[in-house]
Amino acid sequence: MSVVLRVLAKLAGIAVAILVIATINFVLVHSAPGDPALVIAGQSGATDAKFIEQIRAEYGLDQPWPVQYANYLGKVVTLDLGYSVRQRTAVSELILQRLGPTLLLTGAAFALSLLGGVVFGAFAGLRHGTWADFAISMVSLLLYAMPVFWLGLMLVLIFSINLEWLPAFGYVNIRSAGFTPLQYALDVLRHLILPAVTLSAIYMAVYTRLMRASLIEVSHEDHVKTARAKGLTEGQILRGHMLRNAAVPVVTFAGLQAGALIGGAVVVETVFSWPGLGRLTFDAVTARDYPVLLGLFLVMSLLVITINLLTDLLHRVIDPRIGTR
Amino acid sequence: MPHFLRTFLGRPAGVIGLLLLALVCLTAVLAPILYPASPWEMAGVPFSRPGENGMLLGGDTMGRDIAAGVMHGARVSILIGLASTLTALLIGVTVGCIAGWSGGLVDAGIVRFTEIFQTIPNFVLAILLVAILTPSIATIILAIGLVSWPPLARLTRAQVRSVAQREFVQAARCQGQSTISVVLRHVLPNAVSPIIVMGALTVAAAILIEAALSFMGLGDPNHMSWGYMIGAGRTVIRQAWWMSVFPGLAILLTVVAINLVGEALNDALNPRISRA
Repeated sequence: MSVVLRVLAKLAGIAVAILVIATINFVLVHSAPGDPALVIAGQSGATDAKFIEQIRAEYGLDQPWPVQYANYLGKVVTLDLGYSVRQRTAVSELILQRLGPTLLLTGAAFALSLLGGVVFGAFAGLRHGTWADFAISMVSLLLYAMPVFWLGLMLVLIFSINLEWLPAFGYVNIRSAGFTPLQYALDVLRHLILPAVTLSAIYMAVYTRLMRASLIEVSHEDHVKTARAKGLTEGQILRGHMLRNAAVPVVTFAGLQAGALIGGAVVVETVFSWPGLGRLTFDAVTARDYPVLLGLFLVMSLLVITINLLTDLLHRVIDPRIGTR
Repeated sequence: MPHFLRTFLGRPAGVIGLLLLALVCLTAVLAPILYPASPWEMAGVPFSRPGENGMLLGGDTMGRDIAAGVMHGARVSILIGLASTLTALLIGVTVGCIAGWSGGLVDAGIVRFTEIFQTIPNFVLAILLVAILTPSIATIILAIGLVSWPPLARLTRAQVRSVAQREFVQAARCQGQSTISVVLRHVLPNAVSPIIVMGALTVAAAILIEAALSFMGLGDPNHMSWGYMIGAGRTVIRQAWWMSVFPGLAILLTVVAINLVGEALNDALNPRISRA
């Protein structure tokens, strides 16, 4: 397949995915118990009949549903995500304000989990069968079974409350007004450590197990035996002949986890009062602010699609054979 | 099948997992006997430390007994874990069978649809579903089931495709048996063992999703759950660690138990894979 065709196929796939997600939103609003106008009003205007009428007219809820559906898709395409009655702001604006912190958090967690997974997994794989290997396997078993919000709370308990090393919540110190840009960045970084570690832990555990298994498999391959036979040191073999091959399944899997990573960010941001999309989700859930929830679902799905594209690219860098196939 | 049992119990993971799981189930069964009062009711002084005022694991901000909540929470977690996995199995196995058996365009369409569903952040969709349909045990089960079926569908499809090629399936078709009968009586029974293993792991994942939903305040307001307890204790963790530590340990224990059982099941049911 030529490059142009491949890109076109990819774009078509994304368009279909967006259509499916928008359809889910549409169906949900209309399958909710009661009046869809109340859903859009977030139940806040339930007493005001005039307001509900206004919403009904504005969203065309009095029209047949194919027309409503077409209207909704048209709005999605123009990135009009509706209006939050509760916050008196356009949903797209609310989401845009919170996008940065979420990208920072998920990006940091994604990088940390991949890095940690590859390093710990390689470490365990090379020491296959020793106590270190066993310890790493046990820790990853526990992390894998831990609710991520509980892990976050336990880290707060240890590192913020008992040891007082790191801030327990927030994005930046309240007294950040007089900070120089560098001080500001360092302060955000300090606040980022606990949430990023929390969010990355479970994936680190998964990638560690994957990397370990994959490295053990690669170590039995002929080209590694050849490298050993021609007298390379173990370090040279690992760097030149094993790491790249062993990391391919890890990156593949990491791409598939993007959706779960965003979902995890919702609870982690809730625990750490991180002012991103996840915290916005929690606030919208608490206030039953449905237009915001529907918009968030759409934007977070788009985020996952973007992450998938990026891992696809990363894949091609690590394994150049993929592009030529 | 004695061989299956021998392999299963021969794994330390199987034995430990089964024991832990028995403990959790015992907790769920004994909850109404040991703590007949509602876990929502005040049982003592608020903020009692563990062991104080007759409360083994302490009291919460409103004087409710943490131990009673942990025990009653086991019932909700297990119920939702099992029921939502059954929902996911029903959808996933049906979709997977249709795709794997039909092949061609139907298969391609279903595969594409399943892939899209897998990219969607499933926890966010679960939040949306429960929030809009209003939280209750039934809507939570439905929501978790609706977001958990894609991996089961993909696995079923792959299994059905490989089994459908075998001679005994072709023989059954030549006898003129109906498609439904061939799929249900000949294909599925021979494709089912990895699906059982994935089903076990889905129960664990479902329990984690339920905990996260009720942590976000989307639990059934009539039933005490572990996630709700952690969410309620979150804001006072500085003063009262026990409110969030114990329910979290309960979740950890349950999920580890199920994952261990799943691992041992995998070794026992798919011997070819585990020996390789």
